[in-house]
Amino acid sequence: MSGATEEKFRVEIISDECKGCLRCVNACPREVIVPTDQVNMMGVVYVEYADEGCIGCGACFYACPEPGAITVYEKKK
Amino acid sequence: MSVNETVKFGRSKGFFETFDRRPGPIKKNMHYCPGCGHGILHKLIAEALIDLGMRDKMIVISPVGCAVFAYYYFDCGGISVPHGRAPAVATGMIRANPDSFVISYQGDGDLGAIGLNNFLQAANRGENMTVCFVNNGIYGMTSGQMAPTTLVGQKTATSPYGRSATNEGYPLKVAEMVAALESPIYVERVALTSTKNIRAARTALRKGLTYMREKRGFSLIEFLAACPVNLKKNASEADDWIENNMIPYFPLGRFKDVASDRSPIERPEPVFDKEKVVEALFPADSGLDWRKKEAKLRKELRIKCAGFGGQGVLSLGLMIAEMGQSRDINVSWLPSYGPEMRGGTANCSVVLSNNEIGSPIVKETNLLITMNQPSMDKFLPDLLPKGLLLYDRTNIERPDTDRRTYSVEAGRIAIELGNPKCANSAIMGAFAACLRGIEQVNYEEAFEEAIRKTFAKKANLVNLNIEAFRKGKESVKIENVN
Ligand SMILES: Cc1ncc(C[n+]2csc(CCOP(=O)(O)OP(=O)(O)O)c2C)c(N)n1
Ligand code: SF4
Ligand code: SF4
Ligand code: SF4
Ligand SMILES: [Mg+2]
Repeated sequence: MSGATEEKFRVEIISDECKGCLRCVNACPREVIVPTDQVNMMGVVYVEYADEGCIGCGACFYACPEPGAITVYEKKK
Repeated sequence: MSVNETVKFGRSKGFFETFDRRPGPIKKNMHYCPGCGHGILHKLIAEALIDLGMRDKMIVISPVGCAVFAYYYFDCGGISVPHGRAPAVATGMIRANPDSFVISYQGDGDLGAIGLNNFLQAANRGENMTVCFVNNGIYGMTSGQMAPTTLVGQKTATSPYGRSATNEGYPLKVAEMVAALESPIYVERVALTSTKNIRAARTALRKGLTYMREKRGFSLIEFLAACPVNLKKNASEADDWIENNMIPYFPLGRFKDVASDRSPIERPEPVFDKEKVVEALFPADSGLDWRKKEAKLRKELRIKCAGFGGQGVLSLGLMIAEMGQSRDINVSWLPSYGPEMRGGTANCSVVLSNNEIGSPIVKETNLLITMNQPSMDKFLPDLLPKGLLLYDRTNIERPDTDRRTYSVEAGRIAIELGNPKCANSAIMGAFAACLRGIEQVNYEEAFEEAIRKTFAKKANLVNLNIEAFRKGKESVKIENVN
């Protein structure tokens, strides 16, 4: 993923904290959060970050009803 | 996280790091269903607690409803209250501690149905609180019954053919209703749906909390929120349903914002100094100050008077209390009201004490006075081993007990005096005699004064009762001395 390291923002989704509601998927203006076909420890089909394209808008974070499932990181300048 | 990056959006410090109060293995997630609006709002609240610096003085009230466990999550003060009572409890908390902040977190069933009165009264008083009202149009927790905010035509477990305006009325427009009141300073309705709406909700919440921090008064923020599970929709469909059905009836927007015209509310300073409270309640010249200095009794006497409704057991208790009060003894008198007042067993509790009386309810009894058999059967088991029993021998069998026992023919004395109603004075005479054996001080004169006072308005009854009292006192019989 050499492209991704150039990016200003990065999203991390803790799969075990995702309840699969897809709110983040619907909220992301860049469509860079996507469903997987994997099941987590709660038995939920979770979502993941597509590894590039995040603009750091936070829409996914505020759409997500779980406290810590989504973290948006910003590279220091 | 690597060293060359920072968290732009992440888990708020307004939440506990792990939800240790939540039972079971899941300690990082909340208990809400996938896509639930409560979770979205919780995150906004947690974030605001930190950003506005209000966490250390904040109490978030968990209502009854799906948010009942909110106190598992917020790292601030929390309290869980009965259904609909959050604004009443919040009132107590902020009146007692005006420097605290309170979020009254409530659902539409909690606020709009069972708790509507408490809510409206708090709004109308302009209490300094922020009400976060989650309107999901349904009773979520109990599996989807109709709420006051359920839309006309909306099918729920209790409106299977859809809510009918003819039968159930129209959905309650809470924000509009509260905005019409004089006291509230800020009222806004927002929706926890699209990114745009969530941003507006975030702004509204912070506005309400900021006003509370400035002690400007009552704010209501109504959050239209998804309950996907009970709508039987996924989160995206639930949001569409809110946008297309709820918002046309419950329009979003600011209904009132008059904070800038209002100065911070001044309430009376709460008082915690016990002396001052006593002074305020019982001014020195009122004669009601119960803090007596001198010890009068050997020990606290917890008395139960019981008998038939018409036998005057309540006034018997009252006269005993009257007697104590006249001799500077602290007293309490607690009648048991109930259907028994109409002719079954009646009773009252009397406490005589040198000290302040904690509870006026007498269960473990020192002195039991019974005037009929059912009350003997009922209350004898509560008589303490060192307690004293006095009963009316006229109509009660000698009980099988090892307690110190006295009897008197109170009923017979009264009949012989020509008025069965003075049996209570007769048994009180016997009681005065018993008390003579317990206390150093002779209270007989005080008892007679109490009778005179009680019958002050019925002069013809004074002598009768005094006579009954004296006869009772003279004819008390020792049944059992242990
Ligand atoms: C005194 C009392 N009455 C009734 C109930 C049952 N009850 C529990 S939650 C609830 C309604 C909750 O609906 P709402 O306030 O809209 O909260 P939601 O779950 O939708 O967030 C009711 C009626 C109760 N717990 N206590
Ligand atoms: S921060 Fe914005 S762009 Fe990045 S993943 Fe979340 S929603 Fe998409
Ligand atoms: S919004 Fe949160 S819980 Fe829902 S799918 Fe996205 S990460 Fe999972
Ligand atoms: S029942 Fe509805 S309101 Fe309750 S947690 Fe589930 S989605 Fe949320
Ligand atoms: Mg509800």
